[in-house]
Amino acid sequence: MQHLIVLPILLPLLSGLAMLAKRDASVLPRRAIGMISTGLLVVVGMLLVAQSAGGQITYYALGDWQPPFGIILVLDRLSALMVCLTSFLALGSLAYACAGDDMKGSNFHGLFQLQLMGVNGAFLTGDIFNLFVFFEILLIASYSLLMHGGGKERTQAGFHYVALNLAGSAMFLIALGVLYGTTGTLNMADMSLKVAELDPNRLGLLKAGAFMLLVVFGLKAAILPLYFWLPRAYSNAPAPVAALFAIMTKVGVYAILRVYTLIFGGKAGELADFVQPWLWWFALATLALGGVGVLSARDLRSQVTYLLLISVGTLLVGVSMNREAPIAALLYYMIHTTLVSGGLFLLADAIGEQRGKASARIVPGRGVTQPALLGLFYCVGAVTVVGLPPLSGAIGKALLLESALPDEQPWLWSILLLSSLAGLVAMSRSGSTVFWKAGRRDSEGPRLKAMMLTGLILLLGASPILSILAGPITEFTRASAVQLLNHGAYVEAILPHNVAGGGP
Amino acid sequence: MEALFAAVTGFLAASGLYLALRGRTFPVVVGLTLLSYAVNLFLFSTGGLTTDGAAVIQQGVSHYADPLPQALVLTAIVIGFAMTAFSVILAMRVRGDLGSDQVNDQRAEESREDKS
Repeated sequence: MQHLIVLPILLPLLSGLAMLAKRDASVLPRRAIGMISTGLLVVVGMLLVAQSAGGQITYYALGDWQPPFGIILVLDRLSALMVCLTSFLALGSLAYACAGDDMKGSNFHGLFQLQLMGVNGAFLTGDIFNLFVFFEILLIASYSLLMHGGGKERTQAGFHYVALNLAGSAMFLIALGVLYGTTGTLNMADMSLKVAELDPNRLGLLKAGAFMLLVVFGLKAAILPLYFWLPRAYSNAPAPVAALFAIMTKVGVYAILRVYTLIFGGKAGELADFVQPWLWWFALATLALGGVGVLSARDLRSQVTYLLLISVGTLLVGVSMNREAPIAALLYYMIHTTLVSGGLFLLADAIGEQRGKASARIVPGRGVTQPALLGLFYCVGAVTVVGLPPLSGAIGKALLLESALPDEQPWLWSILLLSSLAGLVAMSRSGSTVFWKAGRRDSEGPRLKAMMLTGLILLLGASPILSILAGPITEFTRASAVQLLNHGAYVEAILPHNVAGGGP
Repeated sequence: MEALFAAVTGFLAASGLYLALRGRTFPVVVGLTLLSYAVNLFLFSTGGLTTDGAAVIQQGVSHYADPLPQALVLTAIVIGFAMTAFSVILAMRVRGDLGSDQVNDQRAEESREDKS
């Protein structure tokens, strides 16, 4: 049980390496290894959630080098939740990919596992340089996955994505250098202690570093001035990859949540909670622009990317409110939105495949081969992503709206509800165009394969389950929010001897 | 030494940034590479600049250099090197697929407009 924490990183690493070893073997064993490994990850994720549910924070010192000197992996409720969510999303998109998308290029399964390793590592690490390393791992895997299958537009979108993220990585390193230079440590818990008792002359430098980190995480999360890469990259990516990428923006949101509550949180002295007021306005602007974008989309896939942007705005608004209730609400909303946007990417692809030449564009064209089945999925997806009751989107948004203070309400309620309205208008328009303005349909056309159906059911079917289990899940997210804001308990769990006196 | 080091780092970063904002893929790749060199130098200096300092603790030695930034730079160099190789290949593929080395190729934009 002690080594459970490291499994979400080791398992995909080993299976990814195993699949890279025999590259020209037939695809079946690789599919089997991929599905088994991802299935095991789901089990490990659930065990981790169960282990963390008691409230204790455990860490795993790699090579038995104790913190603050060694690299550690930290398990608390939030990181367990994120790992579990990632593995579940991965299972759904991998199932869909096994229907044939994985054959369109080489090495899909190996890269997919390495991507999972990077994402899980980023959620579990307790060392800020290690966070950079895991960001790089997930980015490098994502560069290749994004261009899986090839094609002109994919190549160009891929080059933009790579160039932008290389610049982002350079900035990440500069920020880390500044943080290390001023605090002299890389362990996040230790750094949070050092920040509080910093020499006032170095505060400006540290603040600059912290803002640069925000820019880097904002680039990953796609906040307003930094989101322009996202619609093109995601709408050109192969469907299962786009579905998996639904977690990538959440890695950025998670990093913001972790760094700015732990290192620059309430106990950080001069720099306590300095970033949240900035984040509030940027998040609201992202929400508003997501609403405009979703109305302007002419393709189902790019419509889903703008819905993803709306969800990023919603999540970051919750982060910037920085209290228990909004954070608990945003964690519930995060589970919902990750799975549902992943499912919608898959659905857009399935619809596009059945409509022949019209593809996923929102124009009247040939009807889909299975209108009842895909229509049902579309209905569930649209209702939940827009936030209509009774599905999970409504619960998440209602919790968030309820948690706003009176002086936050005018801004949050108006912008969040208006962008939801925009989503509703856009989804009803595209739904009626695709399903009702359809011409003659080709009953001999391509049908959903079993694995595609499995993927769709896993991701979109999660929404009704999330609303049925809303009670226990919100209890867990509330407990996670309490734990996240309890700075003392985190530091004490990792550095039991250092709490009173600072460094040795 | 500090002034020289800072000037070199700043000059590298400025050149890298300038090239990264150019319109063709090759200068962009070279620019990103220069930028990563500048970042490596910067990271190297975060532990303070020392000459002739020992990195490993020994008896009878009192003058040390901070070994951690050196380890960080090593990691960053390895990652940066791999990324340079990858982006060079990618730039060549952009040239092959699109028939142009413009980062924002107008022809690709037009074909997208026609499709939608």
